[in-house]
Amino acid sequence: MSTELLESTVQAKQIDIDRTAGNFSYPEQHTFDAGTGLSHATVDYISDVKNEPDWIREYRHKALDVFFSKPMPTHWASHDLENIIFQNIRYYLANGQKPTRSWEEVPDDVKKTFERLGIPEQERKFLAGVEAQFDSEAVYSNMKKALGDQGVIFVGSTEGLKEHPEIFRKWFGKVIPTGDNKFSALNSAVFSGGSFIYVPPGVKVKHPLQAYFRINAENFGQFERTLIIADEGSEVMYMEGCTAPKFETATLHSAVVELVAMKGAKLQYVTVQNWSANVFNLVTKRAIAHEEAEVKWIDCNIGSRLTMKYPGVVLKGRKARGEVISIALASDGQHQDTGAKMIHAADETTSNIVSKSISVGTGRATYRGLVHIPKHLKGCKNNTECDALLINSTSRTDTYPAITVRGTGNSSQHEASVSQISAEQIFYMQQRGLTEAQAMSLSVNGFVNDLVRQFPMEYSVELKRLIDLEMEGSVG
Amino acid sequence: MSLEIRNLHACIAANGTEILRGLDLTVEAGKVHAIMGPNGSGKSTLSKVLGGHPDYEVTEGEVLLDGVNILGMEPDVRSRAGLFLAFQYPMEIPGVSNANFLRAALQARLPEGEELEATDYYARLYEKMDMLEMDRKFTARSVNDGFSGGEKKRNEILQMLMLEPKYAILDETDSGLDIDALKIVSSGVNAMRGPARGFLVITHYQRLLDYIVPDVVHVLVGGRIEHTGGKELALELEAKGYDWIKDDIAQAVSA
Ligand SMILES: Nc1ncnc2c1ncn2[C@@H]1O[C@H](COP(=O)(O)OP(=O)(O)OP(=O)(O)O)[C@@H](O)[C@H]1O
Ligand SMILES: [Mg+2]
Repeated sequence: MSTELLESTVQAKQIDIDRTAGNFSYPEQHTFDAGTGLSHATVDYISDVKNEPDWIREYRHKALDVFFSKPMPTHWASHDLENIIFQNIRYYLANGQKPTRSWEEVPDDVKKTFERLGIPEQERKFLAGVEAQFDSEAVYSNMKKALGDQGVIFVGSTEGLKEHPEIFRKWFGKVIPTGDNKFSALNSAVFSGGSFIYVPPGVKVKHPLQAYFRINAENFGQFERTLIIADEGSEVMYMEGCTAPKFETATLHSAVVELVAMKGAKLQYVTVQNWSANVFNLVTKRAIAHEEAEVKWIDCNIGSRLTMKYPGVVLKGRKARGEVISIALASDGQHQDTGAKMIHAADETTSNIVSKSISVGTGRATYRGLVHIPKHLKGCKNNTECDALLINSTSRTDTYPAITVRGTGNSSQHEASVSQISAEQIFYMQQRGLTEAQAMSLSVNGFVNDLVRQFPMEYSVELKRLIDLEMEGSVG
Repeated sequence: MSLEIRNLHACIAANGTEILRGLDLTVEAGKVHAIMGPNGSGKSTLSKVLGGHPDYEVTEGEVLLDGVNILGMEPDVRSRAGLFLAFQYPMEIPGVSNANFLRAALQARLPEGEELEATDYYARLYEKMDMLEMDRKFTARSVNDGFSGGEKKRNEILQMLMLEPKYAILDETDSGLDIDALKIVSSGVNAMRGPARGFLVITHYQRLLDYIVPDVVHVLVGGRIEHTGGKELALELEAKGYDWIKDDIAQAVSA
């Protein structure tokens, strides 16, 4: 492990990241601007602007102290984390205050990428930061009305904590305590944006709830905080992100997502993210599944300089079920450090982890898993599969599955594979008329196909296009 | 119209070992040429060099497809120009369904912006599969993945039927096929014979040539065509083996 760490430090220095890709310049004139750097004054500033109740202000201050007191987790994680300079980061830009630039200022290659991905005009402008808000207000308010009739709450986190404190406070910070890790503490201190969702008992929300419908500057912020509670016997699916690359000026993104599935509830959380190559994306996602509840994380990570994300499920009630399905694509100079955590804490709980990664160029994909089944439990099952595909000889993958299964009648099944697309396979496909890039795309899509099918339709189509684009770039 | 191979020299790129040593052969459109020859004489190497396999380097000679030298072209360009290779050992492509693979291959032949019509495509695919007596379940299975030896060979012919090449090279398509499959596959090939299409059939067994009757038979030894004759040459080889040709070469060299 220690040589491994050493190696990764050396690698980090060698990697030549194009730090200009996500860099836009724009006039800085924000009314609500916390400035750069992080202190208790920053926290007060955020609480003032948001006009928050005292309990949350105190919560933030305490979290900041925890953040300061915790060391970087570089004893196991990438040393690249040391390159984050916290004092140079902006922690808050208020809603509607997001910098704007004109479409003319957006670089051509960015525009081209949007076009090739088939992103609608309106969304392109938002994604490129030309517009701070989508013109989707109408869609959102229609949806909000339909949901409201069923008693479903779907609002931003700030609105949630102010308008629905009786539900919000009960669960906020309970699934992921402030001190869980350095970055959850940071998020707890400076969070803004993200969603708050509550689904009442027995309500089955038909259509997926999409963050997309209420995208605005804050929602897509650096320190999102999302809390979803699916009450007894309810069902809901939440979707965030899109495959289009987001061209961010902010280099640190650190979200916290907490899910609570009460007895017999079904909760699915789908994420597709594609960050520009200058972004550190350090996310904590965890769910609690009560008796007979089902929680499924579907996660697709593309882009970024370093992503660290291990969605987890605490299987707290009898017969609870947790699942993590993830796809990671690490391109040149990128490191996707992803995985899953399954904490079995009741009898007859089951968990399933399927992870597929693709490393291109000097890209590196790390799988980190944690499965814990303690001795006193009975009838628990885990299945873990992680498959890695290496595209070039410089691509890299590592796997750290930590599986502790104790007690009798508990079982875990673990399979891992590393494969490469052989020159013979490429020749075979080229002999049938496909270009090298098309052959690569087809193989890569084939590799992730069984997982992509679990994504909502529009995402799977986008993903396929994105893989095509990536493969075009990976061959000469 | 022809596939014309002129004085072809090719070596293994990694170590420079010469495998093809001045090979001349012309397959005219409308004709079926057969190649026979001992193990290791360079038959598969010839087919892969024609296809543009990166393991080999052409050091001399030309390959003209209807008059155009294809040697500088990428393998996929050669394919789209009308060259097809049924492999001796077809590759497995996990995760990519047969139907999607063929569809992508056909799509690659259409001009930019034009979409392959899905219903027509499936109608044609099923028609060809019926012809080869292939079960429909093979459309959804990954290309050659877990196929039996004979199923792989049949799948190669399916691809040929779908892609309709101008020149097709069949490398030991008969090996691995049972008697019934051999007849089915041969009739598939025969159905494609016509004035606009040339075949180069590599085989060890005269039996295949009872079904796919060749116009010309060549013997490839040591990277060159050492003997050429009519279809009766295959019978002669079956009876006498290759030693008499090797002896002839030895005599010619020592003379
Ligand atoms: N990529 C390679 N690397 C090393 N040796 C090779 C390579 N390709 C071909 N050879 C060698 O070249 C010679 C010709 O091989 P080839 O496969 O063309 O024979 P063949 O005539 O098709 O034989 P068979 O009848 O057994 O199929 C053999 O000695 C083989 O080992
Ligand atoms: Mg051979």
